Amino acid sequence: MELYGIFEWIYGLLADTGLPEPWLTFVVYLGLGVVIFGTLSVLALFLVWWERKIAGHIQQRFGPMRTGWHGWYQTIMDAVKLLQKEDIRVTTRDKAVFFWAPVVCFVAAYLAYVVIPFGENLWVADLNVGILYIIAVTTLTVISLLMAGWGSNNKYALLGGMRSAAQVVSYEVPMAVSILTIIVFSGSLSMVDIANSQQGNVIFNWFIFKPPFGIIAFLTYITAATAEANRTPFDIPEAEQELVAGYNVEYSGMKFAMFFLAEFVNLFTVSAIATTLFLGAWHGPLLPSWIWFLLKTFGMVLLLMLFRWTFPRLRVDQLMEFAWKFLVPLTFANLILAGWMKYAGWHW
Amino acid sequence: MSPLRTEEFTINMGPHHPSTHGVCRLILTMDGEKVLKVEPVIGYLHRSIEKICENRTYVQCVPLFDRFEYVTSMSCNMVFSLAVEKLAQIEVPERAEYLRVIMLELNRIASHLLFYGVTAMDIGALTPFLYGLRERELIVDLFEMTCGQRLTYNYIRPGGVSRDIPPEFIPKCREAVKIITEKMSDYEGLLNENPIWKVRNVGIGYLSAEDAIAWGVSGPVARASGVSYDIRKNDPYSIYDRFDFEIPVHHNGDCYDRYLQRLAEIKQSLRIVTQALDGLPEGEIQPKKKINAITFKPPAGEVYARVENSRGELGTYVVSDGTNKPLRVKMRGGSYNQLQALPIMIKDCLIADLVAIFASLDVIMPEVDR
Repeated sequence: MELYGIFEWIYGLLADTGLPEPWLTFVVYLGLGVVIFGTLSVLALFLVWWERKIAGHIQQRFGPMRTGWHGWYQTIMDAVKLLQKEDIRVTTRDKAVFFWAPVVCFVAAYLAYVVIPFGENLWVADLNVGILYIIAVTTLTVISLLMAGWGSNNKYALLGGMRSAAQVVSYEVPMAVSILTIIVFSGSLSMVDIANSQQGNVIFNWFIFKPPFGIIAFLTYITAATAEANRTPFDIPEAEQELVAGYNVEYSGMKFAMFFLAEFVNLFTVSAIATTLFLGAWHGPLLPSWIWFLLKTFGMVLLLMLFRWTFPRLRVDQLMEFAWKFLVPLTFANLILAGWMKYAGWHW
Repeated sequence: MSPLRTEEFTINMGPHHPSTHGVCRLILTMDGEKVLKVEPVIGYLHRSIEKICENRTYVQCVPLFDRFEYVTSMSCNMVFSLAVEKLAQIEVPERAEYLRVIMLELNRIASHLLFYGVTAMDIGALTPFLYGLRERELIVDLFEMTCGQRLTYNYIRPGGVSRDIPPEFIPKCREAVKIITEKMSDYEGLLNENPIWKVRNVGIGYLSAEDAIAWGVSGPVARASGVSYDIRKNDPYSIYDRFDFEIPVHHNGDCYDRYLQRLAEIKQSLRIVTQALDGLPEGEIQPKKKINAITFKPPAGEVYARVENSRGELGTYVVSDGTNKPLRVKMRGGSYNQLQALPIMIKDCLIADLVAIFASLDVIMPEVDR
């Protein structure tokens, strides 16, 4: 059951209506955007519910149980509630910055999905600089956090915003270098090419199974990605026990919901990137490609969720030390060695 | 080019803040993330308990002591009962003494389990909180079974205890002791050697033994700084001299040692509870000559009684003028002294460390504010 067939069929129907060419492309991409936006928003709501259930079971309680079977529509009701809430705006805010921060955050979270391949032929665009594009747009999130921190005119929010800026900028470096190691293997920046170069031979073509560089790159990527997604043990921008809520302390109602959903979309994004780069993307036997992709991605999400409910939080200076004194040298050494081996002609 | 101009700023942490454990307000002077000065402001939970005591009869004061330090309200009942018994020379029956020790130690375990949970949560690990509360629940159930209350027990009264334990208490209590003993390895496994936990706690919030003594710090915080002082051993009250237990001491005086100290104390308390259950005699739980709640009049005089509770020395000074109401009641709690030692412990610390230090002191605000 390949989803691509359905899209082809709908495209065929549209083409049959006889729309002139620029309009046809416009309608097709608009439709794709709506589909991806809708799917991901529902997915983010689902992830919130899933996280609460996982947290509950780790902590020997149930999590949401009252709304539907095992509380499955709890987060949908939460979203409805947040929509109805009063939008509290502090009078001392920086109006424009305060307003646009959640919007930027929300949009930046979705931008990466332009190039992420969900399955066989299931992508919006196959940019030849796909992974570079992802690194670029995911960094936009930090601007929104800084905007939220500054625009709120609140000292806790500002501390949270400054922390997030320091953190995300630091962890961009090991993350990008880990990704570069994979580019050495694949020889292409395109997400689709990277996915295709892991095809066949059961799982041994996956880049995570290219010892030792693949596994090191995977571990450093996961560490940096946890920091990128602002999750424990690197969740210092919103450290509840220190900064109350960090950058989003002054936000309420739907603006808060936008930050909140964007966080879970980011969680899914870093997991999807890990799947594409390290875990053989959509390749797998028997099941349709998009199901394989989702299974692997949810596996990664589960891993990140387990981190959150197991580890304490690092301190801000320890976080920086870990990035610059450990992760950055390690990833660079890994990249240089991998490149040298490739140059020496050892093929994987 | 001139250097970038930076300035200090003041941030108001509390009274409503997730990690001030109640309503403590800390005025922080910060340089970026760094805390330069901390000034605790107290009094947000002042209920004037000491004054209210003067208008109540002696037995009626006991529930007020419950509210004094509600996490270990058994100790608070105990300290006031001890004071009244000293004043009026009341002989407490053997069984009541054993029941008191069982309850006091169970309450200490419950309090330290709560500490384990909230400290872990303040450092960002959310799961240990639920684990700590899960085992605390076993103890709270035992208290509920005994006196009907889960937080403010009003169980230990002048002369003895308010009621006898139900028959199913002893097997349930032994089971709880067994479960907690087993789960201790889980707690230690989750955090003790966790590298993030260690890097957040080791060497943070150093308090020297001299400073601990100078600032009147007592209890686990002082013992983690190397001050081997425990009222249960140094000035035994009730029947603590009959039990075989040790006073664990740690020497580094940092947050990590304060955490280890409390885990070690849980183990010793479990030992005491087991011994007390083994030695529990049959008999009365109230003295032969019952104490009337209204007409009871101790002779005139003044007395200081103290017990070791989970936050240090808990004392009370009671002045009697021979009527049925105390003339003056003064309470002394360990949290107050620990909170005033906070400003000297924050050298070179960041705001995250401040939260860790505050958590490691295990301050209970009603005990500070009365």
